[in-house]
Amino acid sequence: MSFHGVDFYGLDELLTEDEILVRDNMRAFVDAEVMPRINKAFRDGVLPMDLAKKLGAMGALGAHLKGYGCAGMGSIAYGLLLQELERGDSGVRSFASVQGSLCMTPIYEYGTEEQKQKWLPRMAAGEAIGCFALTEPDFGSNPAGMLSNAVKTPSGYKLNGTKRWITNGSIADVAIVWAKLDGRVRGFLVERGTPGFTTADIHGKFSLRASVTSELVLEDVEVPEDAMLPGAIGIKGPLNILSNARYGISWGAIGAAMACFEEATEYAKSRKQFSRPIAGYQLVQAKLADMLTEITKAQLVSWRLGKLKDSGKLRPQQVSLAKRNNVYWALHIARSARDILGANGVTDEYQCGRHMCNLESVFTYEGTHDIHTLILGQEITGIAAFE
Amino acid sequence: MKILVTVKRVPDPEQKVKFKGTSVDVSAANWVINAFDEYAIEAALRLNENAATGEKLGETIALSIGPKDVSQQLRSALAMGADRAILVGGADEELDSFAVARIVKAVVEREKPDLLLMGKLATDGEASQVPQLCAALLDWPQATFAAQITANAEGLEVKREVDTGIEVKQVKLPAVVSVDLRIISPTAVVNGKTPATHAYQEGPRYASLKGIMAAKKKEIKEISLADLGVKAAPVTKLVSAEPPAGRKAGVKVKDVAELVSKLKNEAKVL
Repeated sequence: MSFHGVDFYGLDELLTEDEILVRDNMRAFVDAEVMPRINKAFRDGVLPMDLAKKLGAMGALGAHLKGYGCAGMGSIAYGLLLQELERGDSGVRSFASVQGSLCMTPIYEYGTEEQKQKWLPRMAAGEAIGCFALTEPDFGSNPAGMLSNAVKTPSGYKLNGTKRWITNGSIADVAIVWAKLDGRVRGFLVERGTPGFTTADIHGKFSLRASVTSELVLEDVEVPEDAMLPGAIGIKGPLNILSNARYGISWGAIGAAMACFEEATEYAKSRKQFSRPIAGYQLVQAKLADMLTEITKAQLVSWRLGKLKDSGKLRPQQVSLAKRNNVYWALHIARSARDILGANGVTDEYQCGRHMCNLESVFTYEGTHDIHTLILGQEITGIAAFE
Repeated sequence: MKILVTVKRVPDPEQKVKFKGTSVDVSAANWVINAFDEYAIEAALRLNENAATGEKLGETIALSIGPKDVSQQLRSALAMGADRAILVGGADEELDSFAVARIVKAVVEREKPDLLLMGKLATDGEASQVPQLCAALLDWPQATFAAQITANAEGLEVKREVDTGIEVKQVKLPAVVSVDLRIISPTAVVNGKTPATHAYQEGPRYASLKGIMAAKKKEIKEISLADLGVKAAPVTKLVSAEPPAGRKAGVKVKDVAELVSKLKNEAKVL
């Protein structure tokens, strides 16, 4: 039985023909390309690398950008695409988010024409892979405090620093490294194999196991003049990019939540205890009712956010609300589904345990839940709790 | 070659069928392209492309008959790669096999395709009549239930799976071909341009996001039955539709002797 999604409030009526086509085609793609092998990939702790080119052929990488081999989709279609990918697995969606939202977008927004021509078509096709190197071992929620630095040399720049928790780090052909030049954060395109640039994968993860997470070390890495992204000056550069990526995460979380809700509902209807299906018990029904309610609310939040984004009215605080809410509830729904599945929920014969573990990372990355709480706190009161 | 491929929308076969009175209730149906029509689209696209170079070898036109919102299924065919689409307006309840065949014939006479490519049946009615009726009305050769299609100098060689093995037919163009499930296997369609070594992915292709964007600019021409000079005038009437009776609970037998006795005396299969 293939996945049918959740549409309690008739959201389909708010979608255009092409948005529905994107969703349905990505759903079929995930059914065929992700579902049959994601368990093994998660168990083995590997990202199925052929997915990069397959996602590229689907046009799923950087689908929101125009030109350079990209599809030029609207924000809602882009969100639905990520929702479907994360219905498969958060690690697979993270791959697409990092490639499209975090790496292709800054090249597209801040890069020179030469940089765009060099990287975007190959990245859109999944032939070249990117990573976004902002977070450092000691600077997560406070990226502006970063220690990585760049100094001007006669032929370009010399970079030093350590980056950590970098998705796609060791498989990337190009790293977008954020480092301070004369005290201001700038972005540099550092190609794999540049002397002094090394990567090491982070192992032992409970979460996002079908995804590559790495540490990047830059020791006197010399890059040419044209490696710098001219359009990004200051910490606002990477922060704007993150805000865009978070928009996609708000959709992705809905996909994971739907997968868990569907699994828990089917399980509850077939699992009998005391000679009747557990779906007939009030405590189980209360959990399912909460799941449906929160998925429906999350859909409406993300749909409206997409409309705001397309009309250019989107504010980062609005993105914070959606990321914070949708990921929080997706994680809650995954835990609740795991609970309904009882002992079966802790095995990888079912998917809710995998989604639950994955969502712990999603809860923390791209601005932790708590940081988004404080952003909203500042929005409401005008007082920043983190400064 | 110029290919006209028919696309029928059907309720999602995975959805539970609902009944209202003596008919099937489709008011809450999730409409999808009939699976065999999707295979026909895939076969048409394979015939009309060099998969190695991306070169187009002919025009693929998707045709559907029904209410206006069938455009969603036609848009899907365009996103897969069809060049343009035709939507003939019609009410579902008036469209029996004979009406559909006469409408398709009228469109064929306008468009003059080399090939009318169709699914072998629609998964809602499962009549499997329209391709054969079209061939008769057009007086064209037909090859039904195609499992393999090879384009050659004389037209098409069509292989069909029959109980005793593979039947091979050679048809001259223009012709009517209906396709079976096997037509979507990786090397089932040979057009002489795509290298013989090329293996397609099993199944109908996904619409890529670029394909979906491109489809927004492609034409869906809406025409009425009056434009075509055809009246639906169905010749069959749906009398009633009802769900099959639910299965009765089985019985438990004590031993083999009782089982054999029941099979012999009650089921009468021994």
